[in-house]
Amino acid sequence: MQQYNRVSNNHQEDLDRTKIINFIWNGKLYQGYAGDTLASALLAYGVNLFGRSFKYGRYRGVVTAGVDEPNALVELESDGFYVPNIKATEVQLYEGLVAKAASGRPNLNLDSRYLLKLLHKFMNSGFYYKTFKWPRSFWPKYEKLLRKFAGFANSPVQKDSEVYDHLNLYQDVVIVGGGVTGIKAALSFIDANYRVVLIDDQQDLGGAWWLASDDKIKDLSVKNWIKKSKDILRNCSNITVLTRTTAFALHDNNLIKAWQSLQDHLPLKERNNSKPRQRLYTIYAKQVILATGMQERMLAFHNNDLPNIMTSSAIARYYLQFSVQLARKLVLVTNNDSIYEVLDIYNQEIDNSNLKLTIVDVRNQLSEELKKKVELNNVELYLGYAPVEAIGKKQVKSLVIQQVCQVQGELNTWQFYGDKKTLACDAIGVSGGWNPVIHLGCHTGSKPRWSKSNKTFILENNKENLVCAGGLDFCVSIDDCLNSAQLAVDTVVSRLGYTKSTINLDIANYQKQKSINIAPFYRSPSEHDKQFIDFQNDVTAKDIALAITENFTSIEHVKRYTALGFGTDQGKLGNILGIAVCSELLNKPIPDIGVTTFRPAYTPVSFGCLAGEKVRDNFDLERYTPMHKWHLEHNAEFEDVGQWKRAWYYSLDSENIEQAVNRECLAARQSVAMVDASTLGKIDIQGPDAREFLNRLLPNSWSKIKSNTCRYYILMNDDGMVFDDGVIACVDQNHFHMMTTTGNAAASFNKLEKLLQVDWPELQVYLTSITDHLGVTAVVGQNSRKVLQKVCSDIDFSNENFPFMCVRHGTILDIPVTVMRISFSGELAYEVNVQSNYSLAVWDAIYQAGQEFDITPYGTETLHVLRAEKGYPIIGQDTDGSVTGKDLGMSWMFSKKKAYSYLGKRAHELDYLKKEERKQYVGLVPVDKTTVLPEGAQVLFTVGDRKSKGHVTSSYYSSVLGYPIALALVENGFSKSKNKNSNKVYIKSHNCNNVAAEITSTVFYDKEGVMQHV
Amino acid sequence: MLQIYCPHCCETRHEQDFAYIDEAFITRPKDMATVSDQKLADYLYFRQNHKGDVYEQWQHVSGCRKILVVFRNNITNQIHKTYTLDQASLLNNSTVDSEETYAAI
Repeated sequence: MQQYNRVSNNHQEDLDRTKIINFIWNGKLYQGYAGDTLASALLAYGVNLFGRSFKYGRYRGVVTAGVDEPNALVELESDGFYVPNIKATEVQLYEGLVAKAASGRPNLNLDSRYLLKLLHKFMNSGFYYKTFKWPRSFWPKYEKLLRKFAGFANSPVQKDSEVYDHLNLYQDVVIVGGGVTGIKAALSFIDANYRVVLIDDQQDLGGAWWLASDDKIKDLSVKNWIKKSKDILRNCSNITVLTRTTAFALHDNNLIKAWQSLQDHLPLKERNNSKPRQRLYTIYAKQVILATGMQERMLAFHNNDLPNIMTSSAIARYYLQFSVQLARKLVLVTNNDSIYEVLDIYNQEIDNSNLKLTIVDVRNQLSEELKKKVELNNVELYLGYAPVEAIGKKQVKSLVIQQVCQVQGELNTWQFYGDKKTLACDAIGVSGGWNPVIHLGCHTGSKPRWSKSNKTFILENNKENLVCAGGLDFCVSIDDCLNSAQLAVDTVVSRLGYTKSTINLDIANYQKQKSINIAPFYRSPSEHDKQFIDFQNDVTAKDIALAITENFTSIEHVKRYTALGFGTDQGKLGNILGIAVCSELLNKPIPDIGVTTFRPAYTPVSFGCLAGEKVRDNFDLERYTPMHKWHLEHNAEFEDVGQWKRAWYYSLDSENIEQAVNRECLAARQSVAMVDASTLGKIDIQGPDAREFLNRLLPNSWSKIKSNTCRYYILMNDDGMVFDDGVIACVDQNHFHMMTTTGNAAASFNKLEKLLQVDWPELQVYLTSITDHLGVTAVVGQNSRKVLQKVCSDIDFSNENFPFMCVRHGTILDIPVTVMRISFSGELAYEVNVQSNYSLAVWDAIYQAGQEFDITPYGTETLHVLRAEKGYPIIGQDTDGSVTGKDLGMSWMFSKKKAYSYLGKRAHELDYLKKEERKQYVGLVPVDKTTVLPEGAQVLFTVGDRKSKGHVTSSYYSSVLGYPIALALVENGFSKSKNKNSNKVYIKSHNCNNVAAEITSTVFYDKEGVMQHV
Repeated sequence: MLQIYCPHCCETRHEQDFAYIDEAFITRPKDMATVSDQKLADYLYFRQNHKGDVYEQWQHVSGCRKILVVFRNNITNQIHKTYTLDQASLLNNSTVDSEETYAAI
């Protein structure tokens, strides 16, 4: 094979011919040069088949030379380096690259969808929805089959071998787009007191220089000016140039998201796996200059998707940048002036009579200047002609044209007349107009405006922190771009208001010198059915017509019905054409049709890049208690409680969870057990008004609580709903130690602070979170006293000298400890608080001392069973935001003496909170005493009741009782639990059918409550 | 991502260092014991929920933990100004309700 499309007389090429690169495409070996893209290297060989189309399996080649490419989707490499659905036009060639087409099953030359050609005329929009719905039960089978036809490359299945990272930047000015405009803007900031970033998605700055290759800037050719400017910018300390970087989102307050490709262009062997493949930038910019340029669009005519039909600028780019000459007989089809600008680049070829050039222009007239250019270049010109159809199969062979004129009084509608002509060709360059890349400017929600003169949507910029310049502002000549860049810089500088340094501010409002004189021609008026609008989704003009016939007239509906503008190219090439077709068919002007919403990302971003380093072990923070290591060593299973890793249960001799929990529960009830309670929230409350604060905050009274005693509390919101519960120990007259639940620790702390700062600023109270400062070992069971007495001789643990709900201070292993006699299990129990660094030692000392009593560590599951046996609620499990203190059976706690209307008191006087039939917190025991009721199951009063009367909130098997127990919220539950005649209910869920249960008190075990007082 | 100037720390920090609490200027009624059901409901549930310029109460949770008032536009996300609670208490209600006067603040 030879690179017979590669020419050697192009002096502007961006190739390094000394570096030959070997790569594999669809299993065959090819060669390219450093600087090539995958697309250009293959085109050099005349390989122009890159894929098969989405729906019809048609042969497809490249259409563009950039990120707007809809067809040439490829997959790279394999295993951990696999990249799916990347565009061949943006893959930079590297040694050993392995690529293949992302479509074509079983292969590119034989595609099963193409074999269904006879059916294609029935496969219009909504085909699958309309066809595969009968019989209904068959849909899963259809789906399985159709999935094989759908989509392009397969999703990666193996772990990514590469790493990614994130970086934040804070900038005065961010310039997006490194073409002539962006470069010129950046140059203006040299040595100024601004931090500036210039972002460009290509491997090198320069933008679409090939469109102006024979222009001059300050006596330099554009190419040389760019080269010189790059050198200047590189040595400038206040300007950062980020190439291979795509700014894909622009959010409010100029937050820019951009991703940079750092290693994608390197051979796999040279990639450093400890360094990131890609980097995600989060850039905060005071001012943004958007210089994102333009993209050329196609025209719709029959078979316009044949390989070797491209945008005219793509043909120019492949020629000038990559020295790839795609045709010997080239037809250029246009509705505007831009195609004539690049005529000169073909000049030398025409002189060599190696290229026959024909131009088909739908317009009737040309300016004198252009006419002269045409004559000079010896081009065959057809004015007032439009394409009817392209002919060919795997490549375009000829183009049929006919004379056209615009239908009077109709919008954008044209008609053919006269004789047809057939032009033989081997490539067609199409220019259907130019679309400014307005995506970023529209991400924050502004809708673009239709430009009548340029026949495209342009940015309606009314932001004070954004400026548009260059091609984005429809500047189509180098001079206009340079002027617009200078104006943008001046605007930005005056807004920033810093010292001007070297920046000159002398440019006045400029008038653009040049326009493209575009005619409103979007599609050929022929009756053929394969006028492609969206190449990637196989959407034709006929599909859009059908959608409109079926009354999907809003552009957003047309998009979703036909898939116009979906996919990896997001309609960059086809959207305006689609909108124009709608406009023609609905006879409504284009601005009334409008555009679909532009959303980030501008081009696809890899998930790895978005995730950065927040994967696997770094996915989320994990919080460990001081005893975590011990739990690991003792075979604990862990449960996530917020970010905490809590021991869930300890499996001995490969017990399952039920066996382990039953054993742990019995140990606590019969001898002694211990649990790590370090995760409970702890708030240190101090200040002269601490008591008053607690009185206002909580329903019970805190005026008379003595030092070294504790009290249980519930914390309600002002709407009366229970927010949290716990125990507060009185340390001193003005000093309290508040314990919250694990999950609500932060929320409770925030709530307390908000009350002190906003509602009660007159109170002098200081709050400190000490959750992480203390490790807590709870020792539970009848033998807990004996165990602790062994290790802590300076506290008298006798019932007389250390009663229930009291606090004592002593030492274990000479380490100061604070012991609280509180119980969340109903057993005799102590909680030992130790400074975190010593907690593990104290835990271990207690464990060792408990060996003679067979002390058993237990986890959160047993903790929950033990508390349920005693009816202690877990806020957030047994309650939701609709359970009041009274519903929870806590009215006994409400102080009647307190003058202050504490949180939630007033709400309890509201009628709807006083109702008897509210759902109340009760116990449930299944009548058969064997069925463990499912948590979340509904409670019914009669079998078949259609209305739920409550639900099960907690449910466990109680090993000490020998039968299952449950807690529930049930309507009128308090009175029902006391009445033997009305306490029968039925429990129903998807896996539990009307199981009979009895409503009971919430206390199942030790109803008299003697065990914790022994 | 908002960038919020904390008037207590006198530093600009990321939104993620702060937590939104509520609309600003909502305080617990001083006469809670005797307040009418309607006023209680107003305090608990009813919010202006304006579109446009709003005063909001935020807390600098990962910083000084103080509460501040943020005056911002919830359409453009532009923050006009931030206040300590003391500074905010000087804004009288008429100022807060009228759009014309915001420029004067």
